[in-house]
Amino acid sequence: MTLLNAIVQGIFLGAFYAVLACGLSIMFGVMRIINLAHGDLAVLGAYLTFVIVEGAGVSAFVAFAIALPVMLVLGYLLQVTVLGRSLKAGLLTPLLATFGLSIVIQNLLLIAFSPDVRSLGGSAGAFTTASWQLTSELSISALGVLVLVVAVIVFGALQLFLSYTPAGWAMRATAEDPEAAEIVGIDSKAVYARATAIAVAIASLGGLFLAIRSVFEPTSGPTQLIFAFEAVVIGGMGSLWGTLVGGIALGLAQTLGAQLHPQFSVLAGHLLFLSVLVARFGGGRLTLRIAR
Amino acid sequence: MTLLEVDELDCRYGLLQAVRGVSFGVAQGEIVALIGANGAGKTTLLRAIAGAHRPYAGRVRFDGADVTRLPAHRRVSLGVALVPEGRRLFPSLTVEENLRVAAVKNRPGQWNVGSVLDAFPLLQPRRKMPAANLSGGEQQAVAIGRALMSNPSLMLLDEVSLGLAPIVVDAVYASLQSVINEGATVILVEQDLTRALRVAGRVICMLEGRVVLQGDSKSLDRERVVDAYFGLRRSAAGEASA
Repeated sequence: MTLLNAIVQGIFLGAFYAVLACGLSIMFGVMRIINLAHGDLAVLGAYLTFVIVEGAGVSAFVAFAIALPVMLVLGYLLQVTVLGRSLKAGLLTPLLATFGLSIVIQNLLLIAFSPDVRSLGGSAGAFTTASWQLTSELSISALGVLVLVVAVIVFGALQLFLSYTPAGWAMRATAEDPEAAEIVGIDSKAVYARATAIAVAIASLGGLFLAIRSVFEPTSGPTQLIFAFEAVVIGGMGSLWGTLVGGIALGLAQTLGAQLHPQFSVLAGHLLFLSVLVARFGGGRLTLRIAR
Repeated sequence: MTLLEVDELDCRYGLLQAVRGVSFGVAQGEIVALIGANGAGKTTLLRAIAGAHRPYAGRVRFDGADVTRLPAHRRVSLGVALVPEGRRLFPSLTVEENLRVAAVKNRPGQWNVGSVLDAFPLLQPRRKMPAANLSGGEQQAVAIGRALMSNPSLMLLDEVSLGLAPIVVDAVYASLQSVINEGATVILVEQDLTRALRVAGRVICMLEGRVVLQGDSKSLDRERVVDAYFGLRRSAAGEASA
């Protein structure tokens, strides 16, 4: 029964990682940008929600609904002002630009909010702690179910957007061949800006879940980035559904690892990530080298 | 009426000068064939007209407006469409998605998914298939159809017969002929001289980035074109272009 419980909790945790990883996957899939500031953008979203909660006294979910459009616009502007320019200088420059952006966001948050640890758990209502006790050893938390449902809705909506809308086709076309897309009349810069806006908005959704599930501080971003990055790699770079599967696989590895030993949790996730890396890339390179 | 005017165009890749001071005009309804050996600058010239290559110097005027600095996607909405070398389809998109993605809102006209599929009946059974799974001829048909989706007033066709079996080339040109008959203005790059002279009303021959010979395809005899093509009797060719 504890094993079943670990699996259920692993899926819930994994859905959270998948939401965090979703934007990272979009930005890599569409623009080949590895956004090292992704975790910090998620935390920034959490802080924005926190400010609205404090200022307006509304619940965390209402506050997030107000923060979401702000984060969308922020993502759009980020692409137009920083990332778009850095993309012109090759693939390495966006990596450095987002690395710098990560430091800038963390320090601005430190200045504005101090290093104090915060949480939105209290302002999300009784919902945060509600659960269904199925048996003595298995309980399903309402928040876990919410995160899972939202994750499936987010990935499903993105899939529908990419498959059935003109803007979605334009995004896939631009991802495959930006120059050919320009030639057929697609404004690739606008597509990139839209993709980044969506990615940042979903990142802030991940930030909201982080803030409700546990606590956050100005330097929480990089840890979240690592989990998100691992989810993307486990699921296959640039594949949307793969990212959802990868996130859940990472969550399962962590909760199952914790069954062996409490300290083994995060390590088990890293080991899964490393073994996927070796299986997918390392092995191939190794045989190539031997062949030479 | 002159639809396209290229004036002293100069295109470079770093230090390599691919197009050197090329000037010519294309009138509405004209079919112009651009010929020349590999590396003569034909593809670069087409790409510069379409906006995919930013010229180093010179001007491109389209429909009376200077479009030299306009990005490619804005030129599409003015009516320029390029069928690029190597087709450049979106491999994971289906045939229909490849066509739909190229539709331009502000350019209504006879071309839509239905009429393109009518013009290229071989695509009808393939419409739900990813473009990557098509044969070369089918891919070329999609590439041409995709360019038509914007209802262009100027079509730029870059080596549409490259890598295709002769019988498929015939089929592609047969469907192109129907497009041409509608009164479209076309600039095409074609390696097959006989075909180029037959389809086009005017021929522009390029050598090492320069126009060395141009004229009505009827008035030019094959010999002179071949000479210009290979750069034989260069002084004579130079006089012809002057």
